[in-house]
Amino acid sequence: MNTLATLPVVIPLVAAATTLLATRSLALKRIISILAAAASTAVAIALVAVVDADGAIVVSTGGWAPPIGIALVADRLAVLLLATSTVALLAVLVYAVSQRSTDEELGGFHAVYQMLAAGVALALLTGDLFTLFVAFEIMLTASYVLLTHRAGGSETRSTISYVVIGLAASALLLTTIGLIYAMTGTVNIADLTLKLDTVPPGVRAGLGWMLFMVFGIKAAIFPLFFWLPDSYPVAPTPVTALFAGLLTKIGVYAIIRTQTLLFPSDEPVTLMLVIAGFTMIVGVLGAIAQKDIKRILSFHIVSQIGYMIMGLAFFTVAGVTAAIVFVVHQIIVKASLFLVGGLVEDSEGTGAIDGVDAVARRSPFIAALFLPAALSLAGFPPFSGFVGKLALVEAGFAIGAWVIIGISLLASVLTLFSMTKIWAGVFWGEPRTTSPLRVPRGMVMATASLVIVSFAIAIAAEPLIDYAGRAATDLLADGAYRDLVLGATR
Amino acid sequence: MTIVLAVTAGFLFAAGTYLLLQKLLSRIIVGLGLIAHAANLILLGSGGEPGAPPVIEDGTVAAYSDPLEQALVLTAIVITFGITAFLLALAYRSWTEQGSDEVEDDVEDLRIAGLGRDR
Repeated sequence: MNTLATLPVVIPLVAAATTLLATRSLALKRIISILAAAASTAVAIALVAVVDADGAIVVSTGGWAPPIGIALVADRLAVLLLATSTVALLAVLVYAVSQRSTDEELGGFHAVYQMLAAGVALALLTGDLFTLFVAFEIMLTASYVLLTHRAGGSETRSTISYVVIGLAASALLLTTIGLIYAMTGTVNIADLTLKLDTVPPGVRAGLGWMLFMVFGIKAAIFPLFFWLPDSYPVAPTPVTALFAGLLTKIGVYAIIRTQTLLFPSDEPVTLMLVIAGFTMIVGVLGAIAQKDIKRILSFHIVSQIGYMIMGLAFFTVAGVTAAIVFVVHQIIVKASLFLVGGLVEDSEGTGAIDGVDAVARRSPFIAALFLPAALSLAGFPPFSGFVGKLALVEAGFAIGAWVIIGISLLASVLTLFSMTKIWAGVFWGEPRTTSPLRVPRGMVMATASLVIVSFAIAIAAEPLIDYAGRAATDLLADGAYRDLVLGATR
Repeated sequence: MTIVLAVTAGFLFAAGTYLLLQKLLSRIIVGLGLIAHAANLILLGSGGEPGAPPVIEDGTVAAYSDPLEQALVLTAIVITFGITAFLLALAYRSWTEQGSDEVEDDVEDLRIAGLGRDR
């Protein structure tokens, strides 16, 4: 069983090295890359089943028991997000290969892509604060390369701001880890849950907010999100879809992981709720002001992050459960929306709302993919977004957080409004004479598979919420994580 | 010793932040380097007083210096080095394409500034 938990990190690393060796043949690279992504997905789904049935898996790397050695902790939360991420990674990879863009055909794409997958898996599985930093660096460095691969001219500015913000945030994360180490003498998360109790409350709160801020930059919460809508839209579609689906959500995961385990609270955290509210409203207002599909969707990433922070800020099992379900839903839906945006761009030649008309008549299948994903984002029943938002609102009702519930519902209405804007501008209208360009079937299939996964989330809502509930209980129950990781050594 | 490290780290943070807010990419990169150094110094200072051997001698646990934070700093230095090299390459690309390494103003910012002027 222990090997199984290391495979999601090992498979992409091996695949990255092998694709570099296969210098001559692009076909070989593609086969290796897709096989690796499929294998990771299979392993991750198997892990979900195993971990839910038999309890979490803890791997001591190098044979050193934690807290001395670095532990990989595959608990319910980690493997659930791992499975969701690997599905998104696989679908986006198939899309990228079928797109036959110059980007994917350039030498390093597959190696970098697999490195990003390895970084994501390591960030989810690690039980060590410093390894979390390293995992973020692996993931972000790969994302810098993917983003800047082809960027030229005016795009260089946006990509530079992305890299500079990323580096500055990393330096702050390193500083925070240094301060935590100075106070406690450990960077093992399980060990920290105990040793942070000896730290004076004021210092502890300061460290907690520093970590929240650092991961908040990566997750693009208000007021730290300005880099995101600026840099994401310039990348090629598969890259943007991947960033939109995964990278910010890994930041949210790190926030949930560190805040629940290291800086728990007995009552809702007002400052976090304020931040969540502003993130939702400012993000969605930004989206309404935009005129390009990808830019609209980029602002929606920010807006939706607010919902996850809101669920966490309740600090109840129901709230964290809802936040986890919402992250799962967002990874899939956000990636599929960006892929649909890419399909529109490829078949019509532009993603500007003013430049495209009547896609619903010209390419009905693309419209059929956009509609469920867009309604899901807005939170319409019976789609997956409804499940997540309903759980969030119920969690808010339970503790009487009326203001933030009102704000979240307002943000949902505005989300629907901006989705209507895309629908009316891009998909409706009288067809012009020129016929749409042909889109490779693989791209459409990859997008469709993600939309189907989003349906599956809605259909399997009850088991998913039950599972997320168990994951949230693991996080919030005092000492559960510590006993899990350090249990063997005590 | 710790106070010297703390003051130096604080100074590096201040200087790095100042450079980070400049318009020339080369200055931004130097600023990021300084901030990364400051973070490394804080990590280094987190291990306590220096001077003791890194291993326990003769079974006495009284004074030994912590080897972990040095390992952490080494890792951090390597990562920063790699990304700084990448940023320099990016700056070079920006310079060859645009003839300067000045980071342009944000398009949206310019539009909003324009709205103010029209009024």
